This record gives sequence, structure tokens and C-alpha cells, in this order.
Amino acid sequence: MDDDTELLHRLRAGDEQAFVILVRRYHDAMLRLASSFVPSRAVAEEVVQDTWMGVVRGIGGFEERSSFRTWLFRILVNRARTTGERERRSIAIGTAEPAVDQSRFDAAGGWAAPPEQWAEDIDDRLRAGKLAGRIRSAIEELPARQREVVTLRDVDGLSSDEVCHVLDISDGNQRVLLHRGRSRVRQVLETEFGRA
Amino acid sequence: MRLGLRRRDLVCQQAVELVTDYLEGALPAAGRRRFERHLAGCPHCTEYLVQMRATIELAGRITPDDLTPQMQDDFIALYRQWQAGPDGD
Repeated sequence: MDDDTELLHRLRAGDEQAFVILVRRYHDAMLRLASSFVPSRAVAEEVVQDTWMGVVRGIGGFEERSSFRTWLFRILVNRARTTGERERRSIAIGTAEPAVDQSRFDAAGGWAAPPEQWAEDIDDRLRAGKLAGRIRSAIEELPARQREVVTLRDVDGLSSDEVCHVLDISDGNQRVLLHRGRSRVRQVLETEFGRA
Repeated sequence: MRLGLRRRDLVCQQAVELVTDYLEGALPAAGRRRFERHLAGCPHCTEYLVQMRATIELAGRITPDDLTPQMQDDFIALYRQWQAGPDGD
């Protein structure tokens, strides 16, 4: 079985095939994550390569206290932050932003324009195909910090603890960014596919 | 403001802001009950929760782009170089 731990042990022993499997497994996720910190895809690719070089050369120092994936993404984020022009983003989470535009509620806070239906038939293959294509671009259009959290959690399947560790943010901030990001993506899908 | 039970009732605009905390299991027990009580009486917020779950599920279906054979070859070349050490060629 090619789980990360086994591949890691093979990589330690200098197994080139294990390296290739790991690169294939994580390349796309790493590229997407790096892209949110640096100005271009070319630079993101350099950051990814640089990360793998750090992994190959630093593998002896990995103590397996976190999962390989978390360790890998954390190295990547550190390198991307160093490389990126973007400040180490100390400004917590930006200004408050409602999950749903306030114009859709009445004065008492009840729905005036309730959610339009789109989610019932996502199992319909054609429709799901369309939705899946749109959701990818909706996530890419999110502000960087929301995009990082939504991608790591919902696309790559990391736990909230792993995301906090990788991005070095608090659990509370992680949740706020996740909430805003998911809320925006839901709105995009409603706008495109909804029908009252 | 009326005291008693009504003070603790959520309105929809508040409920939609609690969806992620609810799904993350981050609401305290009383908050969770209050949220679920609102859902029980509100089909629109129930639909909203369904849509947030669908959004998460759809995000999970995004499949990663595969490495091109060229990129894979490049990585193998780099690996051999790294293996050879910092000054390796």
C-alpha cells in the first residue's frame, strides 16, 4: 500500500519511485496553495520545486510528529511566504462580511428573498459536472486567505487542526475564513444555478 | 425587548452566520439547540444548510490536475541532482 508513511520511509532510503508518487500525489494541491502567496504561476512552480528540494534534503529531520502532508504543506507555506511579496498577514481576517447580503432579509432579520433551489439534483451527472466546473473557479476567485482555508479543508481534505498548523492561524480565524469562503462559493452557485 | 424565551430565538440573518460553527461542531450545546430549533421552523434556513453541505461536497469532488509527463521527467532530473548533493550536477 502506498500510504504516505510508507512512501516517506522509502524516500528516506533514497527510493526515486517513492519520490515520484509523492510528487504526483501532492503537486496540484501544492501549486494551488503556493499560488495564493506569490504573484505568478511560474513563481509558484519554483516554490513547489524548492519545497521538494527541502524535503529530499531535510527528510532526516522530519520527526513524524505531524503527518507528512502537514509537514510538507507547512514547508511550502513558509517558503511561499518568504518568496511572496505579500506581507506576513498579521491583519487578522479583514472586515466583517455577511454570509448572505443583508438586502435579502427583512427588517426583522427573516428571509425576504429566500435561497433559490439548486442543490437537490447534484447527483445528476450532467448537472454535477457543470457545478463541479463552476465551483473550481468560484474557489479560485476567493480572496487569498479564504481560498487557502477552503481549498485545504474542502478540496484537499485536511482537518481543521492540520489547516491551523499549516497556515499558522488560530482555530477561530480558521473557522471565520472557512465560513466566509464557503458562504461566497454557495452564493456563486445559487446565482448561477438557482431558480426560485 | 421582551424577556424570556423569545429573546433566545434566532432570526434567519443570524442563523446563516452560525452554519459553519454548527457544521464544525463549534457551537456550545445551548447554541446548537437554539440553531436546530430555528431550523425546525424555517424551511429557508434548512434549504440554506442543505446548500452549504452541497457546496462542501462539490468542493471535495474537484480532482487534481495530473502532472504532465514532461513535468514528471523534470522532477526526476531534479531529484537526481538533489541526491547528488548541493554541488551536484
